Amino acid sequence: MIEVRGLVKGIGRQEILRGIDLAVAKGETLVIIGRSGGGKSVLLKNLIGLMQPDAGEIWIDGENIIGLTERKLAAIRLKVGILFQGGALFDSMTVEENIAFPLHEGGERDPKKIGEKVREMLEVIELKGEEKKMPVNLSGGMKKRVGLARSIIRRPSCVLYDEPTAGLDPVVSDSINQLIRRLQKRFGVTSIVVTHDMKSAFHVADHIAYLHEGRIYFYGTPQELEISQDPLIQDFLLGRSER
Amino acid sequence: MITGFISAIGHRVISWVVYTGDVVVLAGETISSAFAHKIRWRLFMQQIVEIGLQSQLVVMITGAFTGAVFAAQTYFQFSKLGMGSAVGAVVSVSVCRELGPVLTALMVTGRVGASMSAEIGTMKVTEQIDALRALAVHPIDYLVVPRTLAMMVSMPLLVAECVGIGIVAGYFVAIHLLELNGTYYVANMVRWTQMRDIIMALTKAFCFALLIVFISCHKGLTSREGAVGVGRATTEAVVNASLAVLIFNFFLTMGLNIIFPAG
Ligand SMILES: Nc1ncnc2c1ncn2[C@@H]1O[C@H](COP(=O)(O)OP(=O)(O)O)[C@@H](O)[C@H]1O
Ligand SMILES: [Mg+2]
Repeated sequence: MIEVRGLVKGIGRQEILRGIDLAVAKGETLVIIGRSGGGKSVLLKNLIGLMQPDAGEIWIDGENIIGLTERKLAAIRLKVGILFQGGALFDSMTVEENIAFPLHEGGERDPKKIGEKVREMLEVIELKGEEKKMPVNLSGGMKKRVGLARSIIRRPSCVLYDEPTAGLDPVVSDSINQLIRRLQKRFGVTSIVVTHDMKSAFHVADHIAYLHEGRIYFYGTPQELEISQDPLIQDFLLGRSER
Repeated sequence: MITGFISAIGHRVISWVVYTGDVVVLAGETISSAFAHKIRWRLFMQQIVEIGLQSQLVVMITGAFTGAVFAAQTYFQFSKLGMGSAVGAVVSVSVCRELGPVLTALMVTGRVGASMSAEIGTMKVTEQIDALRALAVHPIDYLVVPRTLAMMVSMPLLVAECVGIGIVAGYFVAIHLLELNGTYYVANMVRWTQMRDIIMALTKAFCFALLIVFISCHKGLTSREGAVGVGRATTEAVVNASLAVLIFNFFLTMGLNIIFPAG
């Protein structure tokens, strides 16, 4: 479904990604972990063409998206949804309007159908009763959940999650993890989840990739990660700073 | 040192050419999008309301006081020559041809242009533009096209309003404060103000609308680095659009004067 080859990306003078190779099979969930500022968000943005890489190939559903025009990328983006790290809600719209936005843009005009789907989504993200609020009046975690609803309401076949559980309380975190699982099981959604939350990572991952200094340092199943003796990975898993 | 100076100028020229090119590209993309893709009429209407309402008070005050002061000055000079009856004609022709369009454009730049670049700039630095793109919505279709169409419709109306109020205010000052003869005033005004003056006002309004909207949207779309960046983009948008209006006005006057020579 998604394949990345030799992806290199620098911003200004800073080299951020130095040659990423990754493959995510259809219906699989890949978790990407790595230090803050390591380029995980940049990687996700490259995957749907919001940033142009300096070198490398990105194949989505058998199509190389490098060099596609903004209009051609639109077709890819209907298949691949993204949850931004900060939610990226439209701040001039209410929660409800944010969630309904992709439906409106997709040409749905029936207010009944839209209302139904939005209600269903609000239930999933556990924000019933908040639909009239403006984004400025939401907490970080609430924004993220609204962003999540907005990115999956059109049922994309692949979803990229940028730290979906960061800043959420454990209960809501768990429900988001279950949602990711459910989307995978029931609709065969392919997912890439960027996270720092190891509990969440072990819960949802089929494979885990550890991004370190612009490269994939480790790739394997959660079991393989757990038994890894690599000091860098142990430090990360145990939350130890460098000695 | 000389080469340093020349290269500094060279850089300036190059970056100016690149900037102008970028704005022209944005204009081209907007026009092609307006023809090739669906137009969001709801957003267009929102913008019409925003531009129209935001500018009402400003345009009325601009028109009224410009017409008034211009009538007074013209009267002071012309009455010395015994040409007081020409005041109405002078006021109406100059408000139509120059003062109305230019001053309205400058005021609209300050209100509408600034808010456009601030709004779009904020969307840019808070990733809302990326969110649009990620949802397969082209930012030009969604943000620039409705604003452009709304400006193309609103500006001529606002200029017409400004000109109308200016002429009425001029009349009021000339007749009631300076005690000119109202009949002569109106007769001369009607005789010397012609269709071509009105066409000139509306043509300028239309061109200024495009300048303001493209320069402001471009600054918004390219703003960076948080609140400071948005502030800078907004200031630059207002300054650049105002200068563009003044410079273009000269060339429009010269060009339109060939098509519609002054009576
Ligand atoms: N738009 C940008 N402009 C400049 N630098 C950026 C931009 N986006 C990210 N960076 C830089 O790229 C690096 C990686 O950022 P990011 O991908 O957000 O890290 P994370 O792994 O925490 O998601 C950071 O050093 C960040 O400062
Ligand atoms: Mg990040």
